Amino acid sequence: MGRGSSAPAITMESFLTRHKNLIALAVVLAGQIIGLAMQVRVNNAQGGMSLMRMWSISAITPVEKGLVHGQNGVFSGWSNYFYLRGVRKENRQLREQIEQMRLQNVRVEQDALQARRLQALFDFKEQFISQTLPAQVIGSSGSDQSRIIYLDKGSDDGVKSDMAVISPDGIVGKVLRVLPTTCQVLVIDDQLSGVGATLEKTRLQGILAGTPSGTLIIKYIMKDEKVEPGETVVTSGGDRIFPKGLAIGRVKDVTPGKDMFLNIRVTPAANLSELEEVLVVTRIVERERTNEETNGPVKAADILAARLPTVQPGSGPKFDANGNLIKTPPPAAANGTGGAGGNASSTTPKTPGATKPGGTQATPGTAPKSALAKPKPANSAEAPQP
Amino acid sequence: MSELVAAHPRSREQVEVYSFSWPVAILTPLLAIFLQAFIPIKLRFFDVFDLPLLVTIYFAMSRRNPITGLLQGSIIGLVQDSLTRDMIGMYGIAKTLVGFAASQLGGKIDSDNPGSRILIILTFYLGHQAAYFAVARGLVRQPIDWHWAHELLGAVANALLGVVLFAVLDRFRQRA
Repeated sequence: MGRGSSAPAITMESFLTRHKNLIALAVVLAGQIIGLAMQVRVNNAQGGMSLMRMWSISAITPVEKGLVHGQNGVFSGWSNYFYLRGVRKENRQLREQIEQMRLQNVRVEQDALQARRLQALFDFKEQFISQTLPAQVIGSSGSDQSRIIYLDKGSDDGVKSDMAVISPDGIVGKVLRVLPTTCQVLVIDDQLSGVGATLEKTRLQGILAGTPSGTLIIKYIMKDEKVEPGETVVTSGGDRIFPKGLAIGRVKDVTPGKDMFLNIRVTPAANLSELEEVLVVTRIVERERTNEETNGPVKAADILAARLPTVQPGSGPKFDANGNLIKTPPPAAANGTGGAGGNASSTTPKTPGATKPGGTQATPGTAPKSALAKPKPANSAEAPQP
Repeated sequence: MSELVAAHPRSREQVEVYSFSWPVAILTPLLAIFLQAFIPIKLRFFDVFDLPLLVTIYFAMSRRNPITGLLQGSIIGLVQDSLTRDMIGMYGIAKTLVGFAASQLGGKIDSDNPGSRILIILTFYLGHQAAYFAVARGLVRQPIDWHWAHELLGAVANALLGVVLFAVLDRFRQRA
């Protein structure tokens, strides 16, 4: 009886001894798979951070932070004290650049004024980046499957998850996880990243994502759409993380995809390969333009007045007491100016594309800047009444 | 029976088993993980390399102990996971399998030859990426894609770096 019961035990022992390596492998793998399953459950329920991740990040990031800051100190010492050659020449070039930019600024201000009036007209809500926090890149995930960078700012500095991270050139990514002194940023060229993108010229919208090789692609634009290389790509604001209109990059090339969509590759505006300092957008203000900002109440007539040929009051068809049309002389004869600068006659069609004062053609959507930049006020006597 | 006993020492002579001092065994994987996280912020292309994987393969093939190999692969992978956006365990599972397989293979072939090292690293890199992909797609349901060109480029790059790294690490090993 004793020999009979000990035989299975010996067999089991020899089995365990013989296959101990495979059993150890199975146990370790099973433990990790169970751990994965628990994380899926916990992440779906709470969206928290595991203790192990917190320990690892807390152990590694202080060393990285110390190295990056030490390196910056050495380099800034070099640039401040020893590398001043050529600063005077650079200063002169920058002054010239400022003068050119001032001139450009005047034109941009006029365009912005027009845009604000249109936004007020359509009750658009604008998003303003009202507060940013500069941060230093101190580390990465080190994996091409997971494009993550670490910043030297965390919840102690007011950083929260899902905040946008940008550089002066364009968007960089969004904050994924936050610790007290550091945070993880998911860079836009990660495979699981998704940014609402708009092609600036054609206004087509898609989703920007990354690939393992770091290439940016725009998904979900139909094959029958026409997209040209070189077109600017900006944020659409649809992801509720990046404000609308921030630069993403330019279309590099366009090829037909496997399915019904185009395969659009994008060159990022921000240099994602050499990120050193970035800005975390800590506050975005969303509000409508006030009347003061738009220079008083705006009516559709104001916009039309800016876009269509000027119509003087009383220049329309006139009728006598019996309702008969009174014929008026042609403008050239009436004003004696040869017609070029005179008012349009009653027989001249008041449509976009008609000859404007000065001889220019006003076509829909392409009105001259001077006309767009200085629309007539609402109470102007020259504004046509709807 | 006597033939079996006699065969064992002969195979031990043909395939050397090595050990490492505690500081080397602990600091080398930690340094590999740190450098892997730090260097890509200056040299972005460096993320095509996988220093923790190379260290896992090297230690597993030198020690030739499957349990030590899989445990070390598991720990290195889990720490690497904690620095990524992914759930903890994806690199852990992939490197556990690599650590186990490398230690099994290390007991059967001569891994000191640079040519065989290149082939070994190529194979294990692709196996590691396939395991990671399978876990990501199969278990975690991540919508990631497999790009052959990128994976083959990574395999070649890691094999070339691995030959140099293994030669450096050879200086720290001791015959067991």
